[in-house]
Amino acid sequence: MQLRSASPQLNGQGELHHLLSIEELPRALIERILTTAEGFIAVGTREVKSVPLLRGRSVFNLFFENSTRTRTTFEIAAKRLSADVYNLNIASSSTAKGESLLDTIDNLTAMQADTFVVRHSQGGAPYLIARHVAPHVHVVNAGDGRHAHPTQALLDLYTIRHYKGSFEQLAVAVVGDILNSRVARSDIHALLAMGVRDLRAVGPLTLLPVGLEELGLQVYTRLEDGIRNADVIIMLRLQNERMRGALLPSAQEYFSNYGLTPQALKHAKSDCIVMHPGPMNRGVEIDSMVADGPHSVILPQVSFGIAVRMAVLSMVASSQHADLR
Amino acid sequence: MSATLAIENGRVIDPATGYDATGGVYIADGRIAAIGSRPDGFAAQRVIDARGLIVAPGLIDLCARMREPGAEGALRVEMRAALAGGVTGVVCPPDTDPPLDEPGLVRMLRQRSREAAGARLYPLGALTAALAGETLAEMHTLAQVGCVAFCQTTALPANHGTLLQALRYARTYDLPVWLRPVDASLVGEGVAAEGALASTLGLPGISVAAETVALHTIFELQRATGTRVHLCRLSSAAGVQLVRAAKREGLAVSADVSIHHVHLVDRNIGYYDTNCRLDPPLRTDMDRAAIRAGLADGTIDAICSDHAPVPLEDKLLPFGEARSGASGLETLLALTLGWANAQSLPLLAALAAVSSAPAQILGEDTGTLQPGRKADVVVFDPQQGWRVDEQTLLSAGKNSPFAGLRLAGRARFTLVGGEVRFEAPAG
Repeated sequence: MQLRSASPQLNGQGELHHLLSIEELPRALIERILTTAEGFIAVGTREVKSVPLLRGRSVFNLFFENSTRTRTTFEIAAKRLSADVYNLNIASSSTAKGESLLDTIDNLTAMQADTFVVRHSQGGAPYLIARHVAPHVHVVNAGDGRHAHPTQALLDLYTIRHYKGSFEQLAVAVVGDILNSRVARSDIHALLAMGVRDLRAVGPLTLLPVGLEELGLQVYTRLEDGIRNADVIIMLRLQNERMRGALLPSAQEYFSNYGLTPQALKHAKSDCIVMHPGPMNRGVEIDSMVADGPHSVILPQVSFGIAVRMAVLSMVASSQHADLR
Repeated sequence: MSATLAIENGRVIDPATGYDATGGVYIADGRIAAIGSRPDGFAAQRVIDARGLIVAPGLIDLCARMREPGAEGALRVEMRAALAGGVTGVVCPPDTDPPLDEPGLVRMLRQRSREAAGARLYPLGALTAALAGETLAEMHTLAQVGCVAFCQTTALPANHGTLLQALRYARTYDLPVWLRPVDASLVGEGVAAEGALASTLGLPGISVAAETVALHTIFELQRATGTRVHLCRLSSAAGVQLVRAAKREGLAVSADVSIHHVHLVDRNIGYYDTNCRLDPPLRTDMDRAAIRAGLADGTIDAICSDHAPVPLEDKLLPFGEARSGASGLETLLALTLGWANAQSLPLLAALAAVSSAPAQILGEDTGTLQPGRKADVVVFDPQQGWRVDEQTLLSAGKNSPFAGLRLAGRARFTLVGGEVRFEAPAG
């Protein structure tokens, strides 16, 4: 019997109908998203910061889990596309009253939603929603549990391409709490899809999920070894709120072994860039000297994020809904 | 009860004796009178023509949840599903609401089962009061009202001292104990097998150690007590290997596996198919291969359905929040045949895993067509194709990992105690 069905995010023409995960997105499609985003960069610098692509469409930001940065950048992206944007903080409303996830979706669909931007604490929740909604409705995953954060990965690719040009020859190190990180999972799929051959995971064994080697990564448990001669270092937030049980003895011990300091950074290439999906824990995973230093591209990441989300929202909205896979 | 019945011209297979020949099965007064040719002077009140069909002992399912007590009225529905699946005996685990830990509940369940006129019911009593793993249930009393063994359903008691005493107490009365080899502390918040798939999907993983640590614990306590233990639902290659070694050592141990673990692996979860959220979790190809090898060499004795009807609303949730379990009574036969077919196993061997072997674990004299035994019989068409879906499944649980797929093999007649309790609609 068939083992794993095709990704439910592409339509019969191979266009992006939903964005649920980077996994299984063809490289050409990823490149099209990045190129589309490039075209939107200029919009943010103009005096009139909007284009009429989504005029009359409704984008619902559906956040079942708190977020400031991601929600805000999606909101800005949708508004720059002239969409009507509605922010719903579900964590404090319906589901707390016992309404099921899909009932919530049905109610909002009845309010003429065209696109749902969804964040949820459970991995796979956007898939459940995508399978449930009417064929003309689109779902964009804004982070689901530990599974995926595809727009973050796309903006990370955009950032790397901006500073490094191409991907194949790069050494990229992903450092920190990979076990609990949806950003790391999406970055890994994205970087492998773009042809990165030297991709490294760095962290203590309690924060590294099983099976990274099978995905094509080299695993390092010492920071210096993991970032040696790296072109790109992606630091992950040490997700205190997701810590369970006995993964780490203390933030101090973590910083002394995995915190990115100017001294540690000397092991990487001299022109290496340092990225972080935010929000940062200064003094836990990253030293302020590095966060604010010359290698850091953390703030440009944020502004690229708006263009990338504009690209995604406009591309899903323009996909045909006929013969969805 | 119809006094005499003849099932003729079928291929008669009796795994308990190795019998496999075309002929008849003759039933009188609820028991098998003869197999092969019609005994002299046997006057059949009804004759079933089984040409092109297979006649075999009814399936005995070592784990099928009827959801009673708890969901009143469910037992009648699930018993119909059992009969339609060719299942004539169901072992009901005590994970009901409330758990089967007192005689009154067991009596009530058996009474309802008699009224439902479905498959034979073999209740498992709770090993500990309320299945809480703290104090012993009244095992001896429960055995007197019909519990066939005593079970801790989801994992070993957290307190190993309690488990040791439960095994000792059961040994006093020579009562068998059925255990799920699961160490709950190693399951934690896990919802899928630890490995590349769970890592990719971001699902909390369950390590193989959850099974192997529990098996080591069970075997060590068996060495101390000598209690007979049946292991429910192995899932890993390492677990199968430990059971193999334990049997070689001579420990009084038997083991089963769910039919889903014979067929499926973690990748079948695909993009969060909650019908594949099972307990124990689906594991890798290597684990599935070890399970099949364990069945072939007798390390694993039996296959069960691990039937768990789950309402749709409890499956229409994110994977990590969905309730675990799969509906399985009606697919057990077809999936067992499919396994035999895929592995080129003789039907005798495959059917043994769902009839004679479970009967032996239960210490019952059913699961065979030998003259004098209870006439619990299934007549099935091994070729008949059917699609698993919410229309075809009679169970309240439509939650099959095989939903939407076509399977081959369906019961045509199911007899319990010589009585035709299920007959497939003609055509």
